[in-house]
Amino acid sequence: MKKTLRSLYIALIFLFLYAPILTLIVLSFNASKTRAKWGGFTLNWYRSMFRNEAILQALSTTLLIALLSALIATVIGTVACISMQAMKRRNRAIIMGITNIPMLNADIVTGISLMLLFITLGFRFGFMTILLSHITFNIPYVILSVMPRMKQLNPSIYEAALDLGASHIRAFFKVVFPDILPGVLSGFLMAFTMSLDDFIITHFTKGPGVDTLSTKIYTEVKKGIKPEMYSLSTLIFVTVLLLLFLVNKTPAEQKKKKLQMQQQGGKL
Amino acid sequence: MNKKTLAFPYIFWAAAFIVIPLCMVLYYGVTDKTGAFTLENIVTMATAEHSKALLLSIELSLASTVICFLLAYPLAMMLTGMNVSTHSFIVLIFILPMWMNFLLRTLAWQTLLEKTGVINSILGFLHLPPLELINTPGAIILGMVYNFLPFMVLPLYNALAKIDKNVINAARDLGADSVQTFFRVTLPLSLPGIISGVTMVFIPALTTFVISTLLGGSKILLIGNVIEQEFTQTGNWHLGSGLSIVLMIFILVNMVAEAAFDKEGDGASL
Amino acid sequence: MSKLIDLQNITKAFDSNIVLDDMSLYIRENEFLTLLGPSGCGKTTTLRIIGGFESPDKGRVVFDGTDITAWPPNKRQLNTVFQKYALFPHMDIGENIAFGLRIKNKPKNYIQDKIKYALKLVNLDGYEKRMPDSLSGGQQQRIAIARAIVNEPKVLLLDEPLGALDLKLRQDMQYELIRLKNELGITFIYVTHDQEEALTMSDTIVVMNQGYIQQIGTPEMIYNEPENAFVADFIGDSNILDGIMIRDELVEILGARFACVDKGFGEHKPVDVVIRPEDVELTVPGSGTLQGVVSHVIFKGVHYEMEVMACGFEWLVQSTRMFPVGTQVGLSVDPFNIQIMNKPASEDEEAIGVNE
Repeated sequence: MKKTLRSLYIALIFLFLYAPILTLIVLSFNASKTRAKWGGFTLNWYRSMFRNEAILQALSTTLLIALLSALIATVIGTVACISMQAMKRRNRAIIMGITNIPMLNADIVTGISLMLLFITLGFRFGFMTILLSHITFNIPYVILSVMPRMKQLNPSIYEAALDLGASHIRAFFKVVFPDILPGVLSGFLMAFTMSLDDFIITHFTKGPGVDTLSTKIYTEVKKGIKPEMYSLSTLIFVTVLLLLFLVNKTPAEQKKKKLQMQQQGGKL
Repeated sequence: MNKKTLAFPYIFWAAAFIVIPLCMVLYYGVTDKTGAFTLENIVTMATAEHSKALLLSIELSLASTVICFLLAYPLAMMLTGMNVSTHSFIVLIFILPMWMNFLLRTLAWQTLLEKTGVINSILGFLHLPPLELINTPGAIILGMVYNFLPFMVLPLYNALAKIDKNVINAARDLGADSVQTFFRVTLPLSLPGIISGVTMVFIPALTTFVISTLLGGSKILLIGNVIEQEFTQTGNWHLGSGLSIVLMIFILVNMVAEAAFDKEGDGASL
Repeated sequence: MSKLIDLQNITKAFDSNIVLDDMSLYIRENEFLTLLGPSGCGKTTTLRIIGGFESPDKGRVVFDGTDITAWPPNKRQLNTVFQKYALFPHMDIGENIAFGLRIKNKPKNYIQDKIKYALKLVNLDGYEKRMPDSLSGGQQQRIAIARAIVNEPKVLLLDEPLGALDLKLRQDMQYELIRLKNELGITFIYVTHDQEEALTMSDTIVVMNQGYIQQIGTPEMIYNEPENAFVADFIGDSNILDGIMIRDELVEILGARFACVDKGFGEHKPVDVVIRPEDVELTVPGSGTLQGVVSHVIFKGVHYEMEVMACGFEWLVQSTRMFPVGTQVGLSVDPFNIQIMNKPASEDEEAIGVNE
């Protein structure tokens, strides 16, 4: 009884989270041009999507910015984590405090602050300004997912590698990096996702002529969203879903079994 | 090579793109077009038009924060009771919707809430009167809850998962029933997660201009909308910055609360 | 002494893994009872069933004549000292100790007195305002005990409470626990995998393996008269040999005949024989029942530990006299020190009896 209620509650929350996504997927197959009516099943939007220059342009800008900003943020963030580990507690706390600012600050304030900076510096608003902004709000995600890994790290293994004759660089890449790799990867993934999903900060730092999917959708809101947008986002969503499924499938199963065994061992 | 110098690129970056831009907002906020010092931009918040937008923003974001908390806490507790190995799966399930564009996801609610939308169609099918759903403050709250719920669930889940099962057992062992155990042990121990979750819902909800534009029609103006218009339409950056400074006071209070409970220095836990 | 806790035919499985199989056990009032066994033997599960944190699939838990099987932990008149202490990290020491009393709405000055008394009892006076994470492991352990005993439970359950402490502290705490038990005059049920801990403190030891009770008895009985090869092997060091019971009071081991004191095993029956290493006497070659050669010697402080090869078996021998490696020696054993045990009747029973 209690269990059924529990499952029901979880199911309802997930229905709430995924209902709009389902709606969008349905709309991508809707022959009627207006959202309000179901006009029969069609694949037309998927076809015309690939012929729509503007949408494809926005897509490539979005992906390029997400990839570049996530990569650069991952490098800067990971290097910063390594360094912070060696710092005094107080200095580390100051840097972590600053790192927290873009996370906790309102996107609109981050957006306008960067806009004011670029205006003052006389930057031309465009691809570059968006990229710089995305790197800025991505670094904290990397740091926050690498730092805990870094803390768990046993410092002796690095020293052991040095003791066994490895150079500093080699010791880092052979023994430290593999240990923090899961944190680095999840930081990268997080950064990529956040960049892809961002609208507000892009809205304030983009220039005329450059659009990401988000800003393109925003300008379409008043006129009505082109159905090709639904098919494009459905495609992106399904691709990610499949990728995650493939990536998680095998190792996750093994890990699960191992964990279960440990758990049972602990209970006895 | 000294390890400490490795942080220089980031320190430089943080100074250039985090600290200096915020100082610029402060500078613009307390100056007028000629560059002279003035408090007028900030005081403007007190005028009827702006204070109404601010109050409405506070009202709606508080409501959605409370709703998020009430929905998320039981959910996080249930998820904690499940198998440990599902941890990454749980995080994934809440992150996954972000791969569908944020604006489109929010717009999809239009389709669901409209006069002729899905929900009213179902009501009509059941011979119930249609509801006025779209373009109401309620719709905005719904959009906020929908968009920010994951940011409440994940910190709560993390905080609850960290609690040692035996501490809960110890409370039961010492005579506390399940309600007493919850209020005296579980709830206080999850406080860092609560603070973090509340911050991560309240701040974006307070400052949003997108959700109100998409679900509130053009009638409802939040403080986010006002500031956005000052920057992109009116072009009065000084006034926009001045109003932003007022918002930053709210953000600052939240950050201080967050820092006070974040003893480990891990930052906002997601 | 009467039965205070009576476990009747308890069976418990996690998923398909049977942890306890039809186990029955009773605990008398004012007893220091230890559940001893390797990890996975079901000792912690037994304790958790008594504490109310697990409910048995089958069987009953009777406390002082009342069936409490379905009672939640907070209704039970017993308290637990958890592995790794489980102090409330958000409360100071005083609040931790007061927790149970505040739940019961005891008056303020009663609670204050109790905190004082409990801290004195565990030798930590004046620690009321400290936070748990500022205390050492040993101190946290004492606080966990203080927090449990202020509620005046009839029974204190202790789940490997000394497991996380270092050796010296562990030994000190053993004496401390015995003193506490005597001062409080209540029943202790203690779970450990450390045989020395069990032998030092207990009135009664219950040796468990793979969900079954192997032997119940006083420390002396468990050590001197193990009932099967598992108990002999788990408690202390021992030489376990195959033997044949020729007739009452005579056993053949490795082809030689030894006088012993056991009777009633039948004639020409295969048996297990246990001889403790300190009970093997080394003499000059030629005398003794068996002849052998010393193959290893280690100095252990109180005695020398030697391995002696005799008749194809490597004997473990402890003696205060040292015989260098290569020395020819004779081995003899006093009849009283030869412990005869039945062989397990079936393979199934063997699985129950011997872990390896």
